[in-house]
Amino acid sequence: MSKSHAFVRPTDDPLWLKALLGATAIGFIVLLLLLPLALVFQEALAQGLGGFWKAIIDPDTLESVWLSLAAAAIAVPLNTVFGIAAAWCVAKFDFPGKAFLVTLIDLPFSVSPVVSGLIYVLVFGMQGWLGKSLAAHDVHVLFALPGIVLATIFVTFPFVARELIPLMQDQGRDEEEAAATLGASGLSTFLRITLPNIKWGLLYSVLLCNARALGEFGAVSVVSGHIRGETNTMPLHVELLYNNYDYVGAFAVSALLAMLAVVTLALKSLLEWRYADELAAVHRR
Amino acid sequence: MSAIGLKIPLRSRHVLPGFSLSLGFTLFYLTGIVLIPLLALVIRPFELGWGGFWAAITTPRVLASLRLSFGMALFAAVIDAVFGFVIAWVLVRYRFPGRGVLDAIIDLPFALPTAVAGIALSTLYAPNGWLGALLVPYGIRIAYTPWGVLVAMVFIGLPFIVRTMEPVMSEIGQEVEEAAATLGATRVQTIFRVVLPMLTPTLLTGAAMAFARGVGEYGSIIFIAGNIPGVSEIAPLLIVTKLEQFDYAGASAIGVVMLGASFVMLLALNGLQGWAAKRR
Repeated sequence: MSKSHAFVRPTDDPLWLKALLGATAIGFIVLLLLLPLALVFQEALAQGLGGFWKAIIDPDTLESVWLSLAAAAIAVPLNTVFGIAAAWCVAKFDFPGKAFLVTLIDLPFSVSPVVSGLIYVLVFGMQGWLGKSLAAHDVHVLFALPGIVLATIFVTFPFVARELIPLMQDQGRDEEEAAATLGASGLSTFLRITLPNIKWGLLYSVLLCNARALGEFGAVSVVSGHIRGETNTMPLHVELLYNNYDYVGAFAVSALLAMLAVVTLALKSLLEWRYADELAAVHRR
Repeated sequence: MSAIGLKIPLRSRHVLPGFSLSLGFTLFYLTGIVLIPLLALVIRPFELGWGGFWAAITTPRVLASLRLSFGMALFAAVIDAVFGFVIAWVLVRYRFPGRGVLDAIIDLPFALPTAVAGIALSTLYAPNGWLGALLVPYGIRIAYTPWGVLVAMVFIGLPFIVRTMEPVMSEIGQEVEEAAATLGATRVQTIFRVVLPMLTPTLLTGAAMAFARGVGEYGSIIFIAGNIPGVSEIAPLLIVTKLEQFDYAGASAIGVVMLGASFVMLLALNGLQGWAAKRR
C-alpha cells in the first residue's frame, strides 16, 4: 500500500470510525424512527386507496377529525395569547420571582399526560371540587368539549412561552423603549416593533403547539369518556378502532396524523434553515 | 391597578407599558390552568391521611408499576444516551447527502401522536410484525412484554438527547481537540478523554429529560406493553385503571408520587444545566 500524503485534519475522525458511527447512527434512525412511520402508511393502504378512503369518510372518523380541530382551534390561540403575555412581562421587565415564574410555566412539560388529565377529573369530576355544583347547573366539563380543551391547553401550555421568552430576552428592550419614548402607544409599539421581531419564532412555536394539540392522547383520554362519535378525538379514535381490530381504519386515521407530523417537521426545518436568526437561540443550527 | 399581591411600585418605574396587564394575565392563566388543578391533585390522597396514602402506594401492584416505569425509563435513557450521542456526533461533525432529512426526522417522536407511535411499534414488534417475526426464531419477544415498554420509551426519549447535544457539540471549539492531537493523542483518545468529559453534563441533561418523559409516558406504551398487572403495567396506566374503578384517592396517590418525581427531575435538571453552563 502506498502511503497517502493527503492532509488529514487532526480533528477529523479516521475513516473506520466515521463509517462505524455513521452506520450506527443511520441504522438506529431507520430502525427506530423511519420503520414505524413507513409501517403506518403501509398498513393504512393495506386494502388500497379505496379502503383508506372508506375508513376516512366514516362518519365517526370525520366527527373525531372535527372534534380534534375544534379543540386545537380553542387551545392554540389561548396558549398563544398567554405565551405572548408571559414573554412580554418576563423579557421586558424585571421583577422578583421571575426565575420561579419561568420554572412554573415549564412545569406542564414534566408532568405525565395521565396526571394532566387526572387533575381536571379531580376538579370537575362528580367526586371533584366543582362536580356537584356543575351537575346541578347542567354544565358538562368532563366527557365533553370543555374538558378536552382544558387538557389540551395544559399539555401545550409552555410551547409558545418557552420559545418567545429567550427570543425576546435576546432582543432586549431598546427598540420598544425607543418607540415608547417617541410617543408610540403600547399597542402600536407591540404591533409595529415587537411582533415583526418575533413573528417567525411565534409561527415556529404555534406550529409545534398545534401539532401537539391535535395529537395529544393521554391527557385527553382521561377526561374524554371515549364516547364514540361524540368525545373521541383523532388519537382516541385510533385507539378505539385498533382495539376493535379495525386495523385499516386505525392506521388510516394514524396516516392522517402522521402526515400532519411530517408536514410539521418539514415546516419546522424550513423555519430553522431560512429564519434561523429570528428564532430562539436554542433552535439555531 | 395593582399586580396580584406583589409589592412593586408599578407606576412610572417602567418606560414600557403593559407590565401589570401581562403579568396579571400570566399569573391568572397559570393559576387557573396549572396551579389550582395541581393543588387538587396534591391534597386529594391525604383525605385518607398519611397512613392511607402510604397504604395506597405500597400495594404490590402499585409498587410493581412504579418499579417498571422508573426502571425501564432509566434503562431507556441509558440506551438513548449512547445512541443519541453517536447520532448527534454524526449529524454535527460529518457532512453527507441526506443529513438534513435525517436531522429533521429526529423530532418525529415529538411530532407523531403517541397513540400512532404506539400502534405502529406494537404492529412492528408483534410476533408476526416486520421486526417481531425476525426475533421470534431467537426466542425474543418484545411486544406484550416489559421489553415493549423499553422500546416505546427509547423511541420517545431519543430526540431529547440529540437536540440537547447538537448545539453544544457544534459550539465546543475544536481548538482543544487540535491541542490534544498536537500533544500526541490519537483521535479515539481525544474523543474519550477530551471531548466526552466536556460533554458529560450536557449528556446527563438530555438523559434526565428522556428519563422524565419516559416515566410519565402513556400513549405509546399501552399498545405494545400487553399491560399485565405486576408485569408490564406502567404507573400511568394504573392511574387510569383506578380512575375507571372510581378509586380517585388511589389514582391521586400514584399521581402525587409521579408529580413529586417530576419536581425532583425539574430541580435536578436546573442543577445539571447550571453545571453544563459552567463546564462550557
